[in-house]
Amino acid sequence: MAKYIGKRLLYMILSLWMIVTATFFFMRIAPGNPFASEKKLPPEIEANLNAHFGLDKPWYAQYWEYLVRIVNWDFGPSFKYKSQTVNDLINEGFPVSFLLGMEAIFIAVAIGVILGIVAALKHNRWPDYTAMIVAVLGISVPSFIMASFLQYFLAIKMGIFPVARWESFMHSVLPAVALASTPMAFIARLTRSSMLEVLANDYIKTAKSKGLSRGVITVKHTIRNALLPVVTYMGPLTAGILTGSFVIERIFGIPGLGAHFVTSINNRDYTVIMGVTVFYSILLLVSILLVDIAYGIIDPRIKLAGGKKGE
Amino acid sequence: MEKLLEVKNLEVSFQTYGGTVKAVRGVSFDLHKGETLAIVGESGSGKSVTSQSIMKLIPMPPGRITGGQILLSGDDIVPKTEKQMEKIRGKEISMIFQDPMTSLNPTMRVGTQIMEVLIKHQNMSKTDAKNRAIELLRLVGIPMPEKRVDQYPHEFSGGMRQRAMIAIALAANPKLLIADEPTTALDVTIQAQILELMKDLQNKMDTSIIFITHDLGVVANVADRVAVMYAGQIVEMGTVDEIFYDPRHPYTWGLLASMPSLENDDKADLAAIPGTPPDLTNPPKGDAFAARNKYALAIDFEEEPPMFQISETHFAKTWLLHPDAPKVEPPEAVKKRIRQLSSTFEKPVIVKEGK
Repeated sequence: MAKYIGKRLLYMILSLWMIVTATFFFMRIAPGNPFASEKKLPPEIEANLNAHFGLDKPWYAQYWEYLVRIVNWDFGPSFKYKSQTVNDLINEGFPVSFLLGMEAIFIAVAIGVILGIVAALKHNRWPDYTAMIVAVLGISVPSFIMASFLQYFLAIKMGIFPVARWESFMHSVLPAVALASTPMAFIARLTRSSMLEVLANDYIKTAKSKGLSRGVITVKHTIRNALLPVVTYMGPLTAGILTGSFVIERIFGIPGLGAHFVTSINNRDYTVIMGVTVFYSILLLVSILLVDIAYGIIDPRIKLAGGKKGE
Repeated sequence: MEKLLEVKNLEVSFQTYGGTVKAVRGVSFDLHKGETLAIVGESGSGKSVTSQSIMKLIPMPPGRITGGQILLSGDDIVPKTEKQMEKIRGKEISMIFQDPMTSLNPTMRVGTQIMEVLIKHQNMSKTDAKNRAIELLRLVGIPMPEKRVDQYPHEFSGGMRQRAMIAIALAANPKLLIADEPTTALDVTIQAQILELMKDLQNKMDTSIIFITHDLGVVANVADRVAVMYAGQIVEMGTVDEIFYDPRHPYTWGLLASMPSLENDDKADLAAIPGTPPDLTNPPKGDAFAARNKYALAIDFEEEPPMFQISETHFAKTWLLHPDAPKVEPPEAVKKRIRQLSSTFEKPVIVKEGK
């Protein structure tokens, strides 16, 4: 197990290096630069700025310098937000995005799995149809439309939740629900189909022939086997929710990291683009590793150690 | 001998998009304590549905027991609720399935799967159940059971998994074991071992067995009595000797003739029963086998044959046994095996309905 994780960490560093390299060069290829704004800057000042941020050096020197900085967990100063470093931006924005993301993932998984299980157990009866209508709605309605609906009905018309901003738990409910709706619907469908597949297996008949009750069969024999596809989906879901939250953050005026990610690209704020990309990549790589470890725990047939084939 | 199980006029049908399929159409048989009854027939003859109905394991809906009684030690289980059935399944009746590769839960330790039965039906504590599970694994011939008990099904071979299934099935000392083609998915050497094991355990535990198979070789090996099923009905039933040495129903003849044997020379083709079983959405009028039967009489297409009794234990459902029927010769392969059995009646007797 330790050997496996060590190996995986090595691969993660390799992938990270590739991501950093690709982002670095693509960013440079994109036209424009951080200081290209409405007003044309005098050439002397621009040269000064370039020198200040190290942009006057040849690309390989910049690239090398950047790699060294990342290893030291220093993403450098922001080009646009004066007096703030990228590390400051991440330290401020990430906890907010993380909280929102976790809340959304929790809602998506909890409600999605429950809907899926109920639908599968009441296959082709009304709870199944209801759950699947909810799921189709969740998948087809984009999160920003869902957000506006929630704001309009629950916040403005009924006044149950605040419309926007990030101050208390109540403020987080609507954005989390809006963010969770699509993955929740997806998880519900995934859980349902995988439950139905498992329920048709011979070992469910065996469990029944042992005289076990329906509840025991569902909990001990069905759900565990049915959750594997859901766990698979957790990796991309985490990444999707963390990076995808910028729309929701915009709509609800939440000071998260997502907003910086988008504006930094428009601003050609090189260090912020790089810093946030690297940060998200690490999150994604870690979540994929966690998913793979979770596999091994849920399904004993999946061996993490690798190498030894067939026994 | 004490009757453990009596099935009377069992009828089971399934609701499908194409209409109602009458999978079992009036099956009656009984089973004594410690006896092995083999049910043979081709795919779709209703043998699995019959046996699963005895545990009420058929999916309801779309399945439904539309008539008849299933008496277990005199107690009808047809009207019982699911909750009541939970006390019977695994405890009074248990079942082994065809494919050991899929009939164990892949994410649960083998030991735990055995312990579930013990904890449910014998009220054992976890530690006692685990010790008993180890004992059971040893009983079914799994080496190093202390180690095996904590392993997962994928660490077992096919034969060992079927042994583990047998351990699960026998954990609560059931009175009746239903084995639904337990050796079909195994290779021949393992088949023999599993059959040997089942016979051995039956002697030790005095369990009755219903053995479902389409392999007549297996039948000769394990069964005391044989019921031949066709199109949801029992067409012939008798002791192993009666079915193998004095078969009376043309369908049984067909089955026996199509069994390869060492005595067959390589000149003769292996016989086969032509055609396919009838569609049970609309069972044919008369004898369901008539269309495939070269011995069919005119009456076979008009009226269903009654059950004739040939000896105390031997029954066959064919018009050929009627006194007015023409004398026909069974196929060569069957004729070779026929012997005069002492128990046979002078003349076949029609069994009155609801005997």
